[in-house]
Amino acid sequence: MIKVEALTRSFGAKRAVDDISFEVARGEVLGFLGPNGAGKSTTMRMITGFIPPSGGKVSVCGFDVVDHPLEAKRRIGYLPESAPSYSDMSVIAFLNFAADMRGLRGDLRKQAIRRVVQTCHLDSVLGQTIDTLSKGFRHRTCLAQSIIHDPEVLILDEPTDGLDPNQKHEVRELIRTMGKTKAIIFSTHILEEVEAVCDRAIIIDRGRIVANGTPAELKAGAPSGRLEDFFRSITRSDTVQHAEAGAQA
Amino acid sequence: MNAPDMNAAVTAASNPPVLSAWAAIKAIAKRELSAYFESPVAYVFLVIYLLLAGFFTFTFGGFFERGEASLGAFFNWLPWLFLFLVPAVGMRLWAEEQRLGTLELLLTLPITTWQAILGKFLASWLFLGIALLLTFPVVLTVNVLGDPDNGVIAAGYVGAMLLAGAYLAIACMTSALSRNQVVSFILAVVLCLLLVLVGFAPVTDLLSRWFGPVVIEAIAAFSVVTHYDGFQKGVLDSRDLLYFLSVIFFSLFATGVIIRDRRAG
Repeated sequence: MIKVEALTRSFGAKRAVDDISFEVARGEVLGFLGPNGAGKSTTMRMITGFIPPSGGKVSVCGFDVVDHPLEAKRRIGYLPESAPSYSDMSVIAFLNFAADMRGLRGDLRKQAIRRVVQTCHLDSVLGQTIDTLSKGFRHRTCLAQSIIHDPEVLILDEPTDGLDPNQKHEVRELIRTMGKTKAIIFSTHILEEVEAVCDRAIIIDRGRIVANGTPAELKAGAPSGRLEDFFRSITRSDTVQHAEAGAQA
Repeated sequence: MNAPDMNAAVTAASNPPVLSAWAAIKAIAKRELSAYFESPVAYVFLVIYLLLAGFFTFTFGGFFERGEASLGAFFNWLPWLFLFLVPAVGMRLWAEEQRLGTLELLLTLPITTWQAILGKFLASWLFLGIALLLTFPVVLTVNVLGDPDNGVIAAGYVGAMLLAGAYLAIACMTSALSRNQVVSFILAVVLCLLLVLVGFAPVTDLLSRWFGPVVIEAIAAFSVVTHYDGFQKGVLDSRDLLYFLSVIFFSLFATGVIIRDRRAG
């Protein structure tokens, strides 16, 4: 469903994403791990067509994101990092807009909105301005937007960031349920989440894939058998990177 | 969270609905227009605009002193009034999207950048049209007091609408340049001012000291005032129309290039 080939992206002289390739099939949930600034968001932005790649290819359901952007985008649901939304709008107005933009009309639109409102527990805040909502509700409003058209492919950039433990649990459950019929990529910093939800995980560091396997395989890579130790053994913290950059200069 | 309905999932997903270009533009415009009215911005703007328009018309414009039944007093000041008010309407169009991060949502929807630009522009233009329509009491006043040529007044409104469109397209372009609305506002005012000044009599008089009339005329041809004046005389000249439409087209095209370049990094 999602095919990424030799994907590369430079910002000036810096290579944010360097020759990344992987595939995600229908019914698979892929966890995307890596330190801050490793290139997770940049990769996701290229898959969703927000920024063009400097090199390589992305295709979604067989449609090249650069050559057939509309066909690809129709099949993608996207939750950007920090879950942005139009803060002046009410929740229902925002969902109506999202449904409009997905070409949903009439009964189909009513059903879609009813479904996401139920799924994301938004019934109690429908008339409220997004500005006035708590972080959890704002987050779920943006999540609702991403699944309103029941996309085949879901790209979720840190979907549990900033949520309380109950909300985190609910989002994980949701990802797991939807993962049975969709192809999902989600990024996270919480390693237990990967074990709980993902079929497979990719760890990237400084723009490159440094590990790719099932959670069990990754855990086996550390003597202690803990995912966290494995993660720390193959990625570098940004303080180390800075120290090195300083030494080179 | 509850499990989504799986049957609906399969049918809807296999063949996602296609949004026509016009439907996409309309949906964007609808959201944009309601954004004006859902915040106090629209009302504050309308009140200030109508107050200032009335003030200029009846004081500096010399509405009564003119001794003629026309809207000259009203239209004469519009290029200056719009100079500040139109960029105020347009400054948020793209700057706000960049600040909120919603640009990422907007541009990952199944629409082209062109459709988004056009939808936003048309919504704001329509809003300015509403503001202009609300000046109808001035039209009623001259019709009560005298016997004006309503054809000239209609042409005047067409010119005012085109002027607003040209300023707005420029504000749209500068709005794409920055996530800061103040920066985009100031840039738009400066650019619009430039387009006013090159045709403004005191400036052309000054320039005529150094340049011949051919050069002055060529420079003045770039001015909104030169082309706006024709409409105020009741003349609908296709060249004036073409001028305004090209300013609009060029600025919106530049908006598209800026947005693409900012994403390309």
